[in-house]
Formats: sequence, C-alpha cells, structure tokens
Amino acid sequence: MPPLHFSTIAELSDALAAGKTTSVDLTRAVIARTQAVEERVKAFNSYDTADALAQAAASDARRAAGLSLGPLDGIPVGIKDVIAVTGQPLTASSKMLANFVSPYDATVTEKLRKAGAVIWGRLNLDEFAMGSSTENSAFHTTRNPYDLERVPGGSSGGSAAALAAGEAIATLGSDTGGSIRQPAALCNVVGLKPTYGLVSRYGLIAFASSLDQIGPFTRSVEDAAITLQAIAGHDERDSTSVRIEIPDYRAALRTKKGPWRIGIPREYFGEGLDPEVAAAVEKAVSFYEKMGCEIKNVSLPHTEYGVGVYYIIATAECSSNLSRYDGVRYGHRSADAKDIVDLYFKSRAEGFGPEVKRRIILGTYVLSSGYYDAYYLRAQKVRTLIRQDFLNAYDEVDAILTPTSPTPAFKRGAKADPLAMYLCDVYTIGVNLAGLPGISVPCGFSSGGLPIGMQLIGQPFKEADLLAIAHAYDSAHDWSRRTPNL
Amino acid sequence: MSAHDDLNIDRIANLARLALTPEEKVKFSAQLADVLTNIEKLKQVDVTGVEPTAHAFPIYNVWADDVATPGLSVEAALRNAPEKRDNMIVVPKVVE
Amino acid sequence: MKYEAVIGLEVHVQIKTRSKMFTRVAAGYGHPANTLTDPVVLALPGVLPVMNKAALDAIIKAGLLLGCDIAPVCKWDRKNYFYPDSPKNYQISQYDQPICLNGSVEIELPGRARNIQGEHKKIALTRIHLEEDVGKLNHEAFDSLVDYNRAGTPLMEIVSEPVIKSAEEAYAYLTSLRATMIYGGISDCDMEKGQLRCDANISIRPVGETRLGTKVELKNLNSISFVRDGIAHEIKRQIAVVESGGVIVQETRDYDGMTGTSQSLRSKEMAHDYRYFPDPDLMPVKVDEAWKARIHAECPELPFAKQTRFQGDYSLPYTLTSVLVWDQALADYFEEAAKLAGPGKAQAVGNWIVNDLQRELGAANLDLADARVRPAHIAELVKLIDAGTLLSNAAKEVFVEMAATGEPPAAIVAKRGLAAAPTDTAELEQWCRDAIAANAKSVAEFQAGKESAINGLKGPIMKASKGKANPKLVDETLRRLLAGA
Repeated sequence: MPPLHFSTIAELSDALAAGKTTSVDLTRAVIARTQAVEERVKAFNSYDTADALAQAAASDARRAAGLSLGPLDGIPVGIKDVIAVTGQPLTASSKMLANFVSPYDATVTEKLRKAGAVIWGRLNLDEFAMGSSTENSAFHTTRNPYDLERVPGGSSGGSAAALAAGEAIATLGSDTGGSIRQPAALCNVVGLKPTYGLVSRYGLIAFASSLDQIGPFTRSVEDAAITLQAIAGHDERDSTSVRIEIPDYRAALRTKKGPWRIGIPREYFGEGLDPEVAAAVEKAVSFYEKMGCEIKNVSLPHTEYGVGVYYIIATAECSSNLSRYDGVRYGHRSADAKDIVDLYFKSRAEGFGPEVKRRIILGTYVLSSGYYDAYYLRAQKVRTLIRQDFLNAYDEVDAILTPTSPTPAFKRGAKADPLAMYLCDVYTIGVNLAGLPGISVPCGFSSGGLPIGMQLIGQPFKEADLLAIAHAYDSAHDWSRRTPNL
Repeated sequence: MSAHDDLNIDRIANLARLALTPEEKVKFSAQLADVLTNIEKLKQVDVTGVEPTAHAFPIYNVWADDVATPGLSVEAALRNAPEKRDNMIVVPKVVE
Repeated sequence: MKYEAVIGLEVHVQIKTRSKMFTRVAAGYGHPANTLTDPVVLALPGVLPVMNKAALDAIIKAGLLLGCDIAPVCKWDRKNYFYPDSPKNYQISQYDQPICLNGSVEIELPGRARNIQGEHKKIALTRIHLEEDVGKLNHEAFDSLVDYNRAGTPLMEIVSEPVIKSAEEAYAYLTSLRATMIYGGISDCDMEKGQLRCDANISIRPVGETRLGTKVELKNLNSISFVRDGIAHEIKRQIAVVESGGVIVQETRDYDGMTGTSQSLRSKEMAHDYRYFPDPDLMPVKVDEAWKARIHAECPELPFAKQTRFQGDYSLPYTLTSVLVWDQALADYFEEAAKLAGPGKAQAVGNWIVNDLQRELGAANLDLADARVRPAHIAELVKLIDAGTLLSNAAKEVFVEMAATGEPPAAIVAKRGLAAAPTDTAELEQWCRDAIAANAKSVAEFQAGKESAINGLKGPIMKASKGKANPKLVDETLRRLLAGA
C-alpha cells in the first residue's frame, strides 16, 4: 500500500475497517503532507487542522462504537472554495468574499458529513470558477504538481492539484464548462461531472446556474463511485435536482462488464489537438476495442458552436448571479463611496478581478434591450441542437470517448488572450450544455512527463454505466496511481 | 456592420454597476469584440422551429409545502455585514 | 375644452402565507428587524429558490375569482436591477408568461343618493403575476438602514387595462378588489401594513380623442382614500398644465395624502433595462384542470353576488346590503341570525346588525369576532319584538345590556321586567276607534290605497297609551276596524 496520503478511499476504508490505521493518523498524514508541499503547490485558500482533527477523532470514536458510516467515514475530503461549509471561509477566490464566513452548509457538505467524511480545507480556483488555469484566483496561482511552472487547469485547479500532490484523499470541485474534467486531465486524477440535476447545487456559489454541477476528484474511478454515492440524490432545496433512484455505483463497477458500444466523434479529433494527446486517447480506444467493445464513429455536428453558445449562456447567467455581490449585506465594501450607486460601482470594481468583470460585461450586453433574441434566445436554441446531437448519438452508442483537453498543462501566463483560454474548454463544454455526465480518466503522459486525460461522456443519469466503462480502463492501467515528484 | 460594433461599454458597465478604468474600457471592448466575433458563428445555424433549452431536463411543479421553518438569528444574519446598526444593514442614504 | 382621464392601476397584493415565496423561513409583519431571514432571503452565496405551493394556490384563486384565464404553463424570470432593498439585485418575477391573463374587477359607481344602488361596471385586467417582495429601507439623517424581514414575501401584481375614467372609479376598483382578496383569504390587504399597495398611471386627453396622452405615474398612494384624492389631484393638475399652454412630462410623482400635494420624483438617470431572462434556478409551473377545479371549489361567493342574493332571498334594501356584503364576517353573521329568526324577519335582523350592533362594537372598539352579542341573540330579540313581548324602546335597552354582558335577551327581559304589559283589548280597541274618528283624512287616504296613511293613526294611539300599546296589536286592530268600516 502506498503512503497514507497517496492511498485511495477504497484502500483506506479497508485499512480503517481492519484497524490498521485510524482517521486521526490518516488526517495527520494528510496535514503533514500538506504542510510539506503546500508552499510549492498552493492548492489551498485556507485549512483548519484543529477542525479536521476533531472530525477525525469523532470518526474514530464512531468506528470504535461500531457505528461506522461507510467507506468515506474518516476520509479527509478537500472542498473547492465555492461550496459552503458552516463556520469556514467561503471566498470563491475573490477579493469580494475574502472575509466571508459561511453560516450554513451546502447540501453536499451535509451529505459528506453524514457519510462520515472529514471536511478538509478550502481549495483554490479561478475567481468565481471563471477560468481554465486557476490563474484568475485573486489570492494566488495554484501550480501543477507535475510541473510547478505549469497551470493545474481550472477552474477547480486547487481541487485537482491538492489531490495529485497528496494533500487530500478526495476533493470536490464544480464544473460549468469543464472545470472538473480539464484540471483532472492536467493533474492526472479522475474527475467526474455528474448529470445536471443529480447532485444538489444548494450551497454552491453559482456561476452559470443551468450548467453548474458539483462532482468529485479521486485517485481511481472506484473512488469516484464511492464519493458520488455520498453526494448524489434529490434535494428539496434545489428545484433543479432530480428525483431518481440512486443505484449502488460501486457495485455497478463489478456487475456491469460490457462489452459496450463506444462512439468516437470526429469533431473532437481535429485542428488544435496535440498529437501526443491524440495518440494517448487512440490507445485507450484500442484498449476498448481489444476488450470486445464496438467502436463506432459518431457525429456531433453542432460541436463548433459550443464555445459560442456557452459564452452567451454562461456569461448571461453569471451577470445576474453575481449581482448580489454589491458590498451591502456582506463582502467587500468600498471605503470611499459617496452614495449608494457609487458604493455598487466601486465595491464591485474593487472586489472583482478582470475575468469576472469581462464576463459580467459580456453577459450584461447579451441580455440587454434589443440583443436578447439575437444572442441569448438564439444560444438557447442552438443549445437544443447540441443536446439533440448527443441524444441522437446515444441511439447507437453507450458512451462517447474524446480527449478531455486539447493539450497537456500549459505554462503559467501562456494564455493571456481570453479567447485562447476559452478554447481550452472546447471538448468539455458540450457535456454541460447537454446536461450529460462526463468523466476524465488519466490515460498517459506526454514525452515531457505531463499527464493526459481522456473523457468519457455518458447518457443522462446513467452514471453507473459510465463509471463501469471508465473503471474497465482505469483498473487495467496504472496511470491514475502514479504520483508526481515533488 | 456586425452587431457588436455598437457595444457601448459605458451603458453596459452602468447596467452592471461596474466602475471601469479608461484602460479597462479599451481592453475589454477589444477583447469582447473578439469573443463576439467568435459568437457571430451562431448566426449560421438554422434554428427555425427549434425550442430553446432553458433546462437540460425540464420538470414541472417543483415546490415545497408552505411550512415555516426557523431562519437565521439576527447575529448570524448580520455576521458578514460590512456596516450595521440597530440590527440593520447600514447603506449610504438612499434618496428615492 | 373638455378633458377625460385615462387611468390604469398597478396593484401589489401580499399573499398571506406562512413562509416566503422562495424559501421556508416565516413571513410576517411587525417583527424585530432582520429576524425573518435565512440564507436565501439574504441572497448569501450559493443559495437557491424553491417555490411556495400555497402562494401558487392563492394566485390561481385570485385569478379564478376575477375571471382570469389561468395559463396552462408559466415560468419565472429574473428582473435585474440594483437597489439596496433587493438582496439578489434581481427580483424573481414573471415577464412574458404570467400565470393569469385577462379577467376583470366588477365595480359599483356611486348612486344618485346614498341609499340608491349605483351603476355596475367591469374594469378589464391585463394580467396578474407572482413575484417576491423587497425589504424595507428606513431613512435616517445621514444614512439608510435595511431590514429584510419583508424581502421574499409572496407578492401578486394585478395590472388593469387603462380603462378607468375617474378617481371615483379607481376608488371603487380598489374597494372591490380588496374585498375580493379578503373574501378569498388571499390577503388581509391592510394598506397600513403594506399588504396592498397601489401605483396609478394617469393621462388626460380631450374628449373624443382616441390616442392616449402622456402618462404620469403616481406613487405612494398608501390608503384607498389617498388613491382617490391623489388621482383627482393629478387629473386637475394635468388639466391646469395643459390649459395654461404647458406640456405633460412623463414622470413619476409622489402624492402626499396629508397635504394633498404631489411632487416630481427625481427621474432615473437612464431608462430601465431589466434584462429579463428565464430563471434557471426554477422549474416552470403547469396548471391542469384538476388543480383549477380544486381551487374553484374553495372559491367563496363574492360581495356583488351576495348582494344580489340578499336582495332576493331576504328582501333586504340596498341600504342594508351595501353595508353587510363588504364584510364577509358581517354577512355570515347576518345570515346566521336571519335563519335563526325565521322567515319575514331578515330586515329587522339586518337593521339591528347594521345600526345597533355596529354602533356598540364601534363604541367598545371590538371586532365582530369578539362581540358578546351572537347571531342567536339578535334572532331571539327580533322574535320577542315580533311577538309583542318587547316594545321598541325596551328592546333598545335590552340590546345595550346584551352587548355589555352577552346575556340572552329573554333573560335580560325577565331580570329587568321589561316585558310589555298585556294590553286590555277593549281599551286598545277604544283608542283605535277614537283615532279613526279623529283622523278622517288619514282614513280616507288609506282606504284610497295609500298604505302608509295608516301610520297617521298610530301616533295618537301611542300617545293615548303613553307608548305602552303593542304596535303589532295596534296594527292588526286598526286594519280590522278599517276593513269593517
């Protein structure tokens, strides 16, 4: 078994059950590792060791009393700093919320507590989850543990990097256009974006409400199944959460064995795709073919419009969602406002970073009088076509396999142009627009030693099948178990 | 003329209640023009008869029964307030 | 030149629910500042709205009571604007798919006299939609203080077509609308508590002109009388402006009911651009026939329908129905008493309620619900009078004591010895004969068919009997004698 801080949930839950370790020992190991590497990785905005150790002690006490809550009991799980945890900071990596302390728990936080997890640390991100590199954090840029000069991806860069660096056993992120899957690919971890509506968004700071979804980062597909089990399910506080029966995802990894029909969309293998990424993904395709899966070419003809549709819908929704950050009830308030309107103008100008401002401006523009039909309404219609493309493909295949990111991790500062950064999400955006589940699974390394991930896209609410397909590959390879030299 | 030539950054910033510096205005205008040019592609798509998607999986009538539950204490409600007095939030005098 | 006014009213009515529109913290009035909040009300980072089913039931009921078309599907939109009483800086409202369309409010215009029923008219509605209320700003000397207790309270906006012609019509519209809401249990509509608020859009045009004039929005009309007075004032003001060669400016004016004056509010620096779009956090609402039928079954009889029925079933005069039907509790009280009193006594019952009961309640500052006099008491009182056991002066005394003690009238009559003495029939007949002999003119008139002429004979009889004659017996005896004469 690897060191505690690099072990999987599956391994650790066995060790805890067998009395080979305790949650306090495990949590101490994670804290020690964090203190050793965090100066270089900078994955966290804050962490509270006393609080984590108290939770760990409570977990050990439960276990000693024979009241263990399941495989997550006693496991330290890091939380992206857009998900509310009572009594802990909730900053969205924004100056606007630098001093905000949450008076409530997000539903996923509550669910993790019910599963016994040790809620651990607030993880860095692109401010308000807007970005693909974590460079837009108002506090600091998180580094890629595989190359500290490179970005970890984003927006959930802190969640991916912390896990890759051994600073947590699992983490939660949020994904609006690829914010879980892309950093997972760039940091060599598994990242799952569930079907829209499977996991409650209550307590997740909204970026684009119709696209946002919380999901786990883990060291294996099996761990993703375990974590998803804990956080999935209907929540009466989220009107968009869906009432469905939640299957046993971990059991499905063993019961669902294929062979499956796997679709390869040609639109995802064109211009802009790094050849090493293409080669690694092709190898994964061959693996499935060898295990007896039927590989089919499928077409998603409206793919090229995805980025445009996304940047209309996401910015429109964010321009409205971020109106509440006005310096009135909480958050940054400008010290020299002369009246209420000035207070809004200055507090928001001082509290938001450039990317957030840019998206608020774009979103305000596309909703403004005279432009709604041309932009927002049209984007919603093209969104319907994009969604229909996927549903048509699912008449013929069980899952779609693509690269997660066109390239491995890029250097910090390499994408100063917003449009170039937006195009990082070209393979992940369609999944959010269609509301589908998608998972990024490590599938190799570049010649420069940078991780490469592949994306599997499933059918709505069929996470059990998607995880089983991903597990077939992950359990037959050791990519996801490799660790960086830090 | 493309639709975004008339992107009036002052009008939009005013609606968004965002004070922008002259440098930001110039920079954002140029960057947004780029993005909007990319977005212009959407005009090529035939959307005749296509219903807009507001929700990926629309369901109807998601509500709760009218039962009052306890809320936040005044202390918790005002815990993060930048300025408060008499259990209320203080803002610059609002002239109606 | 003659001018006519064109008025449209936008009325906001708070729906009476236990919890707020999009979260389950309690709704209420008069609580200490910021004690009715939760993360959703305060728009903390990460919160989400969930619709209140009871508020939907209530607006559907309002729509059915006002004859609206209930949309089979409606949705929620965000109305984006910054204001410190609005925690999210957007209001969840309904933009292009409101839940209720069309419909009307039936009004009664003032009659020629107070006791004469006025003309009825229907004021068409454009729409009714559901939204959430904002918080309250308290303006201090150097700053403003925000209390979010009211924020998120379910609010209906009822928009009339611009078809109201006068301040009196506006007054009648609000009176009728408020009664409808109260009858439906939808709102208490207490304007002092802000449960009903009204803005008026007013323009004038020369009589005969079909185009609309420039409209002025009148705000802060915080009582129904102020709405009437404010509109009347604004119409006069506009006519004066036009007649002195001026032009009406499109603006919002604030009416001060205490001084009877209005002033222009500083115009907003830019036209509104609310950037409405469908709220992605909420799912649409589908209203099927079964839902409508269920609400329909809960709909009460409205005042005008009740008035027509009271006029028919109980033969009540307009002077009584016009008081009784506007207060549902009073109308119910009347019906209970009238049924207990039995046929033919409804008008007497109504008179006791409208005159004596209301007076006693007013004097004691009591609500009807707290009245010691119950419908059974009124019925019993009327029966005692009708049977001749109780004469009118004594009955008044009984009522006052009944109102004070809640004792049944028969007990008071017995305790205080107020029963009318059994009249000697021979003596009474003599008084009647004397009166007939002495009042030939009244006799002649009565026999010529003037029914009321009989009253001219009763006065002298009452005088002769020192008020003790049983009026019912006097009436019967007179008629018998006159018939035989």
